[in-house]
Amino acid sequence: MSYRAPVTDIRFVLNELAGLNEVGALPGYEDVNPELADAILEEAAKLAENVIAPLNKVGDQHGNKLSDGIVTTAPGFKSAYQQFSENGWVSLRTPTEFGGQGMPALIAMATEEMWCAANVAFSLCPLLTLGAFEALEHHASDELKATYLPKMASGEWTGTMNLTEPQAGSDLAQVRAKAVPVGDGTYKISGQKIFITWGEHDMVENIVHLVLARLPDAPAGVKGISLFVVPKYLVNADGSLGERNDVSCVSLEHKLGIHASPTCVMSYGDKGGAIGYLVGEAHRGLGYMFTMMNQARLGVGIEGMAIAERAYQQAVAYAKDRVQSRELGSDNPAPAAIIKHADIRRMLMTMKSQIEAQRALTYYAGAALDRAARHPDAAEKQKWQAVVNFLIPIVKGWNTEQVNEITSLGVQIHGGMGFIEETGAAQHLRDARITAIYEGTTGIQAMDLVGRKTASEQGRTARALLAEVEAVAAQLKTQGLAEIGDALDAALVHARASTDFVVGQFEAQPKAVAAGSVPFLKLMGIVLGGWQLGRAALVAKQKLADGDADSAFLEAKLITARFFAAHLLPQVSGLSAAILHGADTVLALPEEAF
Amino acid sequence: MKILVAVKRVVDYNVKVRCKTDGSDVDVANVKMSMNPFDEIAVEEAVRLKEAGKASEIVVASLGVKQCEETLRTALAMGADRAIHVETDTELQPLAVAKLLKALADKEQPQLVILGKQAIDDDANQTGQMLAALMNAPQGTFASKVELAGDKVNVTREIDGGLETVSLSLPAIVTTDLRLNEPRYVKLPNIMAAKKKPLDKTTPAELGVDAAPRLKTLKVAEPPVRKAGIKVASVAELVAKLKNEAKVI
Repeated sequence: MSYRAPVTDIRFVLNELAGLNEVGALPGYEDVNPELADAILEEAAKLAENVIAPLNKVGDQHGNKLSDGIVTTAPGFKSAYQQFSENGWVSLRTPTEFGGQGMPALIAMATEEMWCAANVAFSLCPLLTLGAFEALEHHASDELKATYLPKMASGEWTGTMNLTEPQAGSDLAQVRAKAVPVGDGTYKISGQKIFITWGEHDMVENIVHLVLARLPDAPAGVKGISLFVVPKYLVNADGSLGERNDVSCVSLEHKLGIHASPTCVMSYGDKGGAIGYLVGEAHRGLGYMFTMMNQARLGVGIEGMAIAERAYQQAVAYAKDRVQSRELGSDNPAPAAIIKHADIRRMLMTMKSQIEAQRALTYYAGAALDRAARHPDAAEKQKWQAVVNFLIPIVKGWNTEQVNEITSLGVQIHGGMGFIEETGAAQHLRDARITAIYEGTTGIQAMDLVGRKTASEQGRTARALLAEVEAVAAQLKTQGLAEIGDALDAALVHARASTDFVVGQFEAQPKAVAAGSVPFLKLMGIVLGGWQLGRAALVAKQKLADGDADSAFLEAKLITARFFAAHLLPQVSGLSAAILHGADTVLALPEEAF
Repeated sequence: MKILVAVKRVVDYNVKVRCKTDGSDVDVANVKMSMNPFDEIAVEEAVRLKEAGKASEIVVASLGVKQCEETLRTALAMGADRAIHVETDTELQPLAVAKLLKALADKEQPQLVILGKQAIDDDANQTGQMLAALMNAPQGTFASKVELAGDKVNVTREIDGGLETVSLSLPAIVTTDLRLNEPRYVKLPNIMAAKKKPLDKTTPAELGVDAAPRLKTLKVAEPPVRKAGIKVASVAELVAKLKNEAKVI
């Protein structure tokens, strides 16, 4: 099934909802405007549709092969990656001083959506490179930056993040990998790291590993972890590649999905110690990792939304093609395309409306990230940073929880054929599953949301955003879109009650709040998604009144927003009931009874 | 050596076009528009000639509405050096386009003019040939290979039943066929750079060309829908139907 980048909707969200023009007004983004964004989107769409998307199925079926420490990627990946990197896509958002294009996150995210939808396994390689790049850019010495960043921006070298160990997953305090000073400023790194995405592969000549490890004098726990750069091949003073470092891939995981992305067990120091270079100061590695966590979590949120879009496109194509049973209430006795059946429509609209709500909310968060980074006014900067901080667990958690439902609906629409691998609907379901797990599970996002992002600031940002929702609801009611406005108002009552509960009870009974934290995250996702679709409906209504020519798209936007208001927003009352009154039964059953 | 390349903004090849309800034209409102694929091949060929050191400058021209600028920016991002936009809202037919390109060629004096063999919207396949006549220059149409050799260009043409190679004196006109090359994907830095390349504007009036249409479209209609087939019970029935109803045997 081919992929068509949803450029029209992306453009609408960038220009009308996320504020591309405002981002273009930020210092350093003078060249950024809708025309440039259009040119970038069109080219990205071509590459995603014609080069990267066709490898999605090949990658799923073929996976990667490990032999003698060498990982061979699926056929076509190496040349696609070369084209991708040579054409400059790795460095879209990296700063110009290291050879990047210096574009805002907002535009970069729009292209990242396309890579993820085209082939999420492929997209992880440049995503990880970008993460490693940013960690080095913010925290490494000028010398390390000069050695590694230009080659990473160009995509000639890829990057990895080595955090997890068998005993240290979500709890990184338990990291045991060791770093011993050699005396010449370098360190010998040893230990085993697991779940290392694109840890070893044949697409590039060098791989830059960022590794969390403990120095000999390190205090126990999170305050004793340092960050090191460990290149696969050591880099000579003139920039050429030197000796092979003492690091290797010893095994590949067999996974439910993202088969084309090699998930490696990496072994450091089997022959005495891999040479590593300290990034920033000793014992501060975990903090450095967290500075990039926001971007990484937004990135996974994009993955969720993007895979959902791909699954939706495939489901639509099948629903239009598959002919079964006569249409209810029709005079025509002949079997009809299943898209004529009401429940298929319900499923397609459930997919479509959530995807569009998520795209709008995700890009809104992306624009907030740019504003927080570049706004000249300190108060504005701070305000947008708070918005980003609040939205990140929601974008990550809600998009990725829902992609499980959305890709499942995609399979459902295919009927029995959906359960057959050859149809391709199942791959999206399998590929999507990890997104709610890595970069912090939904449970961890939800705890972040109720704790750091809501209770610890007395719900300030949450309430500010809900006030904006209320303003949009009021506007909707004056613009003849009362069914959306009323649904938002009804949802707001529950959202506010839940926020009050989280803020009020977090100190006194944290476990009760924790028990309802995932429902709270979902509730916020639905309310804020409904807010964005409400804004979209207002824009659509206005443009239709102005006689904007693309009436089919705008009418669809209105109907989509109304569907969301009728089908998704009412779920908020159920979630709120669980948040306010459900903790008891979560925790009541004695452990022995399980 | 200077190369002039003409590019047309057309309905994207992925779009399923529809007629306007009044049958006056094809409906292009809110339809994705792109560079004519054959013209993309023309730009690509020019860029390859420049990259091979055989051409020094590539001028790309587009004729038509304001949005042709976007098409020109794409050509600039692919590697053209500068662009000329002949802006007009008039419907442009092949003869008018050929006259306008002739006027541009008179000003620019290119040694080689490369065009797509036809545009995928009207499929006219006339402009290149008309331009050659107007310029009184040799033409190599449907090119699948273009080789510059001194003051000549050797063009391998795709013709019925095989390939034909012609040697043309410069200046010459070449129109591209599908197999000439595979256009590149544009590099991201080049998209940014394209915004800073010169794009000059002119009009048919400034060029002294009357671009008014000479042909009148009477009606635009969708092809008839294919009728459903029927099953026949026997060979005899099939033969009878072919003989009496279809009247093909």
